[in-house]
Amino acid sequence: MTRNPQQPGTGPAACSETPTRLPATGIDPSRPISFDLDGETITGVAGDTLASALIAAGRTRCGDSLYRSRPRGVFTDGPAEPNAYVETTIDGVTETMRQATMVELAPGITARTLTGLGRLLDAPAPGEPTDPGKRTIARYDKRNTFTDVLIVGAGPAGLAAARAAVRTGARVILAEQDFRLGGRSLASDETIEGQPAADWIEAIRAELVACEECRILTRTAVVGSFDSNYVVAVESRRDHLDAAPAGMSRQRLWHITADQVVLATGALERPLVFAHNDRPGIMLASAAASWLHRFGILPGRRIAIAATNDSPYPLAGALAAAGAAVTVIDSRTAPAAAEAVENAGVTVHRGCAVTESLSDSDDGHVTGLRFGAFDGTRVDAASEQETGCDLLLLAGGWTPTVHLHSQRRGDLHWDEALSGFVPSAPVADQHLAGAVRGTYATELCLAEGTAAGTAAAAATAWVREHGEETSPATSAADAATAATASGTGATASAADAATVPTASAAVSDSQRRAACGEVRPVWLGATRLPSSDRADENVEFDTCFLDLQRDESVRNAVRAINAGMRNVEHIKRYTSIATGAEQGRLSSVVTNGIIAQALGAGIGELGVTTFRAPYTPVSFAALAGRSHGELYDPARLTPTHFWALERGVVFEDVGQWKRARYFARDGEDMDAAVARECAAVRERVGFQDASTLGKIEIRGADAPEFLNRMYTNGFLKLAVGKGRYGLMCGPDGMVIDDGVSLRLAEDRYFMTTTTGNAAHILEHLEEYAQTEWPELDVTITSVTEQWATIAVAGPLSRRVVAKLFPDLDVSREAFGFMEFRTAPLHAPGTGAAGEDGDSIEARVCRITFSGELAFEINVPAWYGRAVAELVEAAGEEFDITPYGTETMHVLRAEKAFPIVGQDTDGTVSPHDLGMGWAVSTRKEFVGSRSFARAFNHDPNRKHLIALLPDDPEVVLAEGAQIITADDAPAAEAVVASRGRADAAAPIPMIGQVTSSYMSQAIGRSFALALVKGGRERIGQTIVASFGGRFVPATVADTVVFDPENTRRDGVEGVS
Amino acid sequence: MLIIDCPHCGPRMETEFHYGGQADIAYPADAADLPDSDWAQFLFYRDNPRGDFAERWVHTAGCRKWLTVTRNTVTNEFTSTPRPGAPAPQASTDAHVTTTAEAPLASGADTARKEGQP
Repeated sequence: MTRNPQQPGTGPAACSETPTRLPATGIDPSRPISFDLDGETITGVAGDTLASALIAAGRTRCGDSLYRSRPRGVFTDGPAEPNAYVETTIDGVTETMRQATMVELAPGITARTLTGLGRLLDAPAPGEPTDPGKRTIARYDKRNTFTDVLIVGAGPAGLAAARAAVRTGARVILAEQDFRLGGRSLASDETIEGQPAADWIEAIRAELVACEECRILTRTAVVGSFDSNYVVAVESRRDHLDAAPAGMSRQRLWHITADQVVLATGALERPLVFAHNDRPGIMLASAAASWLHRFGILPGRRIAIAATNDSPYPLAGALAAAGAAVTVIDSRTAPAAAEAVENAGVTVHRGCAVTESLSDSDDGHVTGLRFGAFDGTRVDAASEQETGCDLLLLAGGWTPTVHLHSQRRGDLHWDEALSGFVPSAPVADQHLAGAVRGTYATELCLAEGTAAGTAAAAATAWVREHGEETSPATSAADAATAATASGTGATASAADAATVPTASAAVSDSQRRAACGEVRPVWLGATRLPSSDRADENVEFDTCFLDLQRDESVRNAVRAINAGMRNVEHIKRYTSIATGAEQGRLSSVVTNGIIAQALGAGIGELGVTTFRAPYTPVSFAALAGRSHGELYDPARLTPTHFWALERGVVFEDVGQWKRARYFARDGEDMDAAVARECAAVRERVGFQDASTLGKIEIRGADAPEFLNRMYTNGFLKLAVGKGRYGLMCGPDGMVIDDGVSLRLAEDRYFMTTTTGNAAHILEHLEEYAQTEWPELDVTITSVTEQWATIAVAGPLSRRVVAKLFPDLDVSREAFGFMEFRTAPLHAPGTGAAGEDGDSIEARVCRITFSGELAFEINVPAWYGRAVAELVEAAGEEFDITPYGTETMHVLRAEKAFPIVGQDTDGTVSPHDLGMGWAVSTRKEFVGSRSFARAFNHDPNRKHLIALLPDDPEVVLAEGAQIITADDAPAAEAVVASRGRADAAAPIPMIGQVTSSYMSQAIGRSFALALVKGGRERIGQTIVASFGGRFVPATVADTVVFDPENTRRDGVEGVS
Repeated sequence: MLIIDCPHCGPRMETEFHYGGQADIAYPADAADLPDSDWAQFLFYRDNPRGDFAERWVHTAGCRKWLTVTRNTVTNEFTSTPRPGAPAPQASTDAHVTTTAEAPLASGADTARKEGQP
């Protein structure tokens, strides 16, 4: 239990009563909302975050630190929170590692405190019913949009920018991470343009809402900024709703492309570093400003503020006015703002810095502090004194939130006067306004925001083209008028902006620095600096924390420096500073300060670690959106997909295609089904949907010449009505594709490609047609989706095809191998009304991929299923068997037909495959020059060969490494000793298994492999190594079945 | 995410395109006579400048046309108007003669010149 600061109106920690609140800008005290934290009921009010509700209930304490189990408390009011992590369950959806400062209070939240470590939900066991309380049942969606102007951040600068931009008529998106507009003005009692901040915000909101070209996205974190002003944001859509509509997505990922971007992302306050700076009750001053002004909570009674600049003074006055005893320990000797608050009863210690926080409480909550005179580097030990407090606020200066700017490689520089890294110049088509560029005074932010919004809109293509219609002069004048009310400083600037629409002109560096006032950084509050002597353990700096989430201290940072690290990127990685979810938002610059001091370097020279997307953590679920499960990738279905489903098909994914892998009968496993299917094709007849083959039509007077240049073998002399197998290489002479091309007409070819390669080959053909030989008359079109292909293969295939095509002479003499015919397919009852009634015009080809007599029937894709059914019916009397890709693979491997991409890998030439016969020496083609390279004539190149395992029952693993039999004992010894007996290592690998199957046709296992000098090794024994096994096998000629090719035209007496 | 201004389709997202590497690499007119090292230079060696780089893209999910742009590799800004995938400008004008006297494997530049393009 934490210490109760006993603030007015705050009940005991476990209260279920609504705590009384002070007047505040951001809450509705009449609407109490309860939530469950670790089983306790806590009640806040509408407008609270989980964190503010906890503070209101007197509970500063959150989970202990991750590595050192130190007590910690809520430290910030926003996205930099390093301590207060919770797991929430809202509407049945559990999400881990959420910052309590960023969870909007809504009815029905259950939360669990975390100790800086999230957890993944357990996956349900197969068949186990999913528990809605434990499962992510939420939906996530995404949306692409375009806008003229995107404004990131809805503080005064962002709101002013939005107002100026919408008045030009441009389309505007205003994105704000918080659930309320207003930014830091919510945490103040300031007046803006003569109105209380809340009224001013509401007036702008109303104007933006009334503008139909403006979209306000609250609860939307812009997490990534990429080239061409492509910006990614995450919107939380339903967690805050009392009753969200069914089906509404929980979060939405926005892909926004903006003509112009205005970054008004503000700044985050920096902590201060001293001993025990991590106790509960120590937090940023800006957080206390939120508790007081936005949430109506006085977070302490005796409040100390450690200051380095003017920014916490208004807060000091307001806390005192609310009844707290306030002490300011200011590093500066003559703080300008001190006198005014002293008159209001605040004690100010000038020229001092805090060296240690104290606690006499069991729970570690801060109860006091030690401070002393600060000379700019260290504190004079003799001057140290103690004072009591129940809350210690840190005001270490401000760090502009430059992440989105930096993600676009925008430059930063250290501004000594502002004591922060600020953008040097906006990146192209972006504009900066407000605290992100070190402009901290509200009136200057308004001027800069107005100028940025005006400039951004003026730069958009839309306004450039339509600007006269909306009269930019009037809108700029409006903006200037609006700014007039905010004070003299802004008037001139806004007026300037009306004539010179550039954001940079709005506020000068001197105005910016003058408004910021003096900053005197305290990088380390200590009586001595850490020692650079490596023997010095610097133990007293062990509790001077730089990164609270990672429990990294000054001691560790100095240890990194003493180990030789100099670069901030190295120190970040040697320690783990800034590697947590906080990502350096709090720790980065304070660490720089320590390093600069230790190295005697300027802080600006060190630079900053690289900011990368995302700015705040994004759940994988939001990134995935609906693209998971069935919707992960589009599935391409073959024309026979549903027909196959009725026949026990098991599919395999080939690219995006769902291809039939095998058809299981009566509980067969794959091996049994494939054995049966293989036997059917070799002994009788089988059929398969081959529609997924890439199909490309090539037309034009120069089409023959074009193919002749693309393929390694000649195509000029291919006669109309015939097909030819072609091998295609890249310019480096390596095989990229193969397939059969049919010559449909003098000027028209039909090319087939490997299934997974179709898109790539189309692109390859287009490249040469367009960029190398534009003089060729050739047009290339993909027709993959237009044709269905049913392959009928086996000694009895001719009889089946004869039944289907009564008009076609399919005899061996009349219909030769590699010929095709166009003929009507007799299709009674299909409703396909061709010229001959119910018939389908089909293209029948004699092509084989199994070595058997085979036909391919090509029909328009929508007849694919009908043809499969007709083939099945016609083949019934021959016990025709549907087969899948696995059987196809076995059959083609028995004949050593390679599959590009499986038996080749981009380093395999036609000669390596033993297909030199397909390479013309009488023409030049893509890749031909490369065959003359000495590299291609190395006798030790890998050749495709077959392997016959000594044990005919053993099927080698595809991918198995091949070693020589001589090396096998040494390799076995290495494996047996788990790598310790590595004297002989590395064992040279001479190749790898590319395809491996059990063959019905030859009654044993076999494999194809790429082996160095393989053709010279035929007859030798090699050893395949896989899974810790060493299997001897004999190298054989590639074609293991029917090497004489006797079956291509059918089997005598059968076909 | 780059937005590429396709000469045929207008500005489109990078995801509609495939990258095609350095532009203006002329297919050597005398490939058969080149020493292996020069051929390897053509096949494998590409510039990797810091700054402007002429490169090719193909609008795969659009018009399927190849195009050439100049992109600054530091800022990713396009510093030229995209042009259709033109043949390489610096190729030799010598007619390429193959050993079999079949049609030559031209770089395409020959044709471009024939058609009076620069």
